[in-house]
Amino acid sequence: MHLDHPATPLSLPHRHTHSADALRPDGSRRALRVGLGGPVGSGKTATVAALCRTLRDRLSIAVVTNDIYTREDAEFLRREAVLPPERIAAVETGACPHTAIRDDISANLEAVEQLEEALHPLDLILVESGGDNLTATFSRGLVDTQVFVIDVASGDDIPRKGGPGITTADLLVINKTDLAPHVGADLGTMAADAEKQRGPLPVAFTSLATTDGIAPVADWLGECLASWRAGAAA
Amino acid sequence: MTRAALLVLADGRFPAGGYAHSGGMEAAVTSRDVYDAATLEAFCRGRLHTAGLTAAGLAAAAAAGHDPLALDEAADARTPMPALRQVARRLGRQMLRAARATWPSPGLDLLARVRPQGAHQPVVLGAAARSAGLTPLDAAQCAAYESVGGPATAAVRLLGLDPLEATALLARLTGELDEVARTAAAAAGRVPAEGVGALPAASAPLLDVIAERHAARTVRLFAS
Repeated sequence: MHLDHPATPLSLPHRHTHSADALRPDGSRRALRVGLGGPVGSGKTATVAALCRTLRDRLSIAVVTNDIYTREDAEFLRREAVLPPERIAAVETGACPHTAIRDDISANLEAVEQLEEALHPLDLILVESGGDNLTATFSRGLVDTQVFVIDVASGDDIPRKGGPGITTADLLVINKTDLAPHVGADLGTMAADAEKQRGPLPVAFTSLATTDGIAPVADWLGECLASWRAGAAA
Repeated sequence: MTRAALLVLADGRFPAGGYAHSGGMEAAVTSRDVYDAATLEAFCRGRLHTAGLTAAGLAAAAAAGHDPLALDEAADARTPMPALRQVARRLGRQMLRAARATWPSPGLDLLARVRPQGAHQPVVLGAAARSAGLTPLDAAQCAAYESVGGPATAAVRLLGLDPLEATALLARLTGELDEVARTAAAAAGRVPAEGVGALPAASAPLLDVIAERHAARTVRLFAS
């Protein structure tokens, strides 16, 4: 554990530790912070919405969206009423979505900490990146664990191409499997390529068009949360 | 204390949230006031001698160790538009987080305690410079550079301008930038005798107006 200013209440809202402290200043465990990244249109927002619908009765959840040039993702989540509006915060990224989640995380940290202060106790904070490219990853100073979302319709060669998002994310989600027959995507090839790139790291195939299609991701998150609560790094 | 600290502080990659702000450039591009290298230069020169000079004075005074609360009030008085006040405080909060991690000091801790919602960014910038062992002139130079560096970078992204041309433009402004910084630091030197009223209070009505307009837009790349 590392506290920059132990026992100084003055630093509460402005903790600037570099990989965020697991404990709140009052000693309780803070919410698990999960990053969701991936290319434009792969289904990040739909994944976040589905996770909220599935988990909101069991868990206290908040969401930070990083829109590229609109507030559309935040608006979508509010409109769909997957969470009450005060549980959704939007961060603006000045045309640099990867900067906001990796190189200069200050705006996202602010959003996360404000949600944590306002909605304490929270179990889970989902940080959705703006749609980006295959190199986009989250700073470990911002999130505890990260999910990279791609989809079968963007080409079944994406897992083979790799990139930090594909190779290092704690969970790779391959979404829109229901479209595979229509776009000629070979799920077997995608799974094999993903395994080659990722070794033992898990991969989840999802189709959010089907009932409970989010289950593989929700189950994985449940395990992360359990080990987070148990005190181990999630 | 090292001169190189100024390079770290003034680096556009210093993680204090500046990348998401255009200093009014996006609004100026939207209103077609800036559309090429010449209009970008005019915009930057105007911002440097108004908002830039005012920010540089506040930063220099904070770096000299003047009461940050009095300076924060002086910054409020020099920032009539609610949208720009909000941006200044948000960026101040982000700068304070970065500064406390890079150059921790009791002065910065105090600022965080008395202004939990954030002090104006130039005041925090000056306090950060002081914490890094830099001079009031250094802080003024940094603030003055930020006042044109941010908009120029934003213009490259927004207009697809040649980045070499935009950087050459910044280089052409460096003489004026030094001049503005010297004026600001000199004014900060008069604060003990004359109070914060000695600090520059130059404003740009057009920047104020377009900032409010920008804040009301729902589709935008930059937060300001």
